[in-house]
Amino acid sequence: MAEQDVQSKVIEIIAEQAVLEPSDVKMTSTLEDLGIDSLGLVESIFSIEEAFDISVPFNANDPSESDFDITSVATIIAGIQGLIEKQTS
Amino acid sequence: MAPRRVVITGQGSINALGHTATETCHAMAEGRCGIGPINVRDVERLSIQIGGQVQDYLAEDHYNRQQIALYDRFTQFTLLAAKEALAQSGLVFEGALAAEAGVVLGTAAGGVNTWDENYRSVYEEGKNRVHPFVIPKLMNNAAASHISMVYNLKGPSFTVATACASSNHAMGQAFQLVRSGISRAMVTGGSEAMLSFGGIKAWEGLRVLSRDACRPFSANRNGMVQGEGAAVFVFEEYEHARARGADILAEVVGFAMTSDAADIVMPSKQGAARAIAGAMKDAQLNPEDVGYINAHGTGTAANDKTECAAVADVFGSHADKLMISSTKSMHGHLIGGTGAVELLACVMALREGIIAPTIGYEEPDPECALDVVPNEAREAQVDVVLSNAFAFGGLNAVLALRRAP
Repeated sequence: MAEQDVQSKVIEIIAEQAVLEPSDVKMTSTLEDLGIDSLGLVESIFSIEEAFDISVPFNANDPSESDFDITSVATIIAGIQGLIEKQTS
Repeated sequence: MAPRRVVITGQGSINALGHTATETCHAMAEGRCGIGPINVRDVERLSIQIGGQVQDYLAEDHYNRQQIALYDRFTQFTLLAAKEALAQSGLVFEGALAAEAGVVLGTAAGGVNTWDENYRSVYEEGKNRVHPFVIPKLMNNAAASHISMVYNLKGPSFTVATACASSNHAMGQAFQLVRSGISRAMVTGGSEAMLSFGGIKAWEGLRVLSRDACRPFSANRNGMVQGEGAAVFVFEEYEHARARGADILAEVVGFAMTSDAADIVMPSKQGAARAIAGAMKDAQLNPEDVGYINAHGTGTAANDKTECAAVADVFGSHADKLMISSTKSMHGHLIGGTGAVELLACVMALREGIIAPTIGYEEPDPECALDVVPNEAREAQVDVVLSNAFAFGGLNAVLALRRAP
C-alpha cells in the first residue's frame, strides 16, 4: 500500500472517531485536540489494526511506554507505516 | 425495629491460591503468587496467556455426571465455597429459619464457559442442536439457585451483577437484610469463571490486561490479570449466633454504594471517596478507627492512582498511618467474584492480625504514596477494616468490618 493511501486511511479512521471531516484532521493535531479520549483511542487502534491487518503494540495502562508513539497524527501514521513495512519485509 | 448486629460465622473459597478459605489465607500470609500461564482451549490464539487459574481442579472429583450437566464452572466453584462456609458455620436451615434465610451472590458474567462452548459448537463446528440444559447452566442466578436448593434457603435470594463490584454489592444486600431484621441468616459472596477463550479475548480488546504480572500501586504496573473462583460467607444476626455458641469470625458494621454517573470505564475519585466515606458513616466510624483497607487495586494505571487519591481525600493525615493492600497481585482479578475472595483478607486481618501484602511491588509511584504493605505480609492488630470495590460503569461498593465482639 502506498504511503499516501496509508495516510489517508488513518486520517479517515481518526476523523470518524472524532466525528470530524478528514480535512479537519491535521498532521500536527494531537488526540486531545481532536477530542479523542482513552476509549476512543483504543477503538481507533482497533479500526487501524483491522484496516491494515497489523498488530499495534499498545497498552492503555501506559501509552508513553508502549512501542507506539501517539503524540500526534503524524507520529501515529509513521508508527503504522513502520508496522506495515515490518510485516511485508 | 432496632437494627440488628451482623456477624460472619462461616467462610469458604476456591481460587488460584487454594481450594479452601484456609489455604487461601495461608497463601496470602506467605505472599504467594497464584498467577501463571493458563491452560484453556486455543490459548495459542490469545495475546494474554496468564491468569489466576484454579489449579489441580477436576469437576469429576467433586460432582457426578448429572450435576456437571447442570453446573457451569462458576456454579461448581460457588457450591464448593458454600460447602466449606456452611460447614464452618454449623447452621442448618429448617422451619422458620429456612423460610427467611436466602442467598445473595455476585457475578459479572455467570456461565461464560457454557456460552463459549456452545457458541463454538453452533458457529465453529456448525452444529444445529445444543444440550437441553444450556440456559439453566449459563444463567447468572444459577449458582445462587443451586445453593438455595442444596441448603434449603427459602427466603430472599438473587444475583447481583455490577461488574467488578458485584460481590461487594451482593454482600451489602445480605448485610442489610440481616441488619434490618428481615432474615436471621444469609449466605452471600460471589463467583466468576471467565478464564475461557472468549472471556479473555473480550478483555484483550480493551487493552488493559498485563502480559506478565499484576503489580498494584507499583510505578511500573502495566495492567490487570484475570482470576477465577468463588468465596462464600454466612452472615448471621449476632444474638442468634451467640445463642447457639457459633464461632464468630468478624462483625460487618457498615456498607455504602455510590454511582459516578460519569464514564463507562474511567474511575472517579469523587465516586470512590463518597462510597468509602459512606461506609464509614454507616458504621459510625472515625478515620483513625480504620487500620487496614483491602484495596480494589487492579494494577491498572487509572484505578490505582484514583483509589489512592480517594483514600487520601477521605482519611486526610490518617491516610499515611493506615495500611492498604491489593491481594489481586496474588489471586488475580476475579471480576464479579473478587470482593468475596478479598473479604477473606479482611477477616484474616481482624482475626489473626496478619495483613496480606501487595506482592509484585517494585517501584514506588508518587501518585500511590500510601503504605501498600509491599511484598511481605505484616503482623499488626487492627480493629476495623474496609473492603473497596469500584466497577466499570462507575458503580462503587464499600464494606466495613470490625473485630468479632
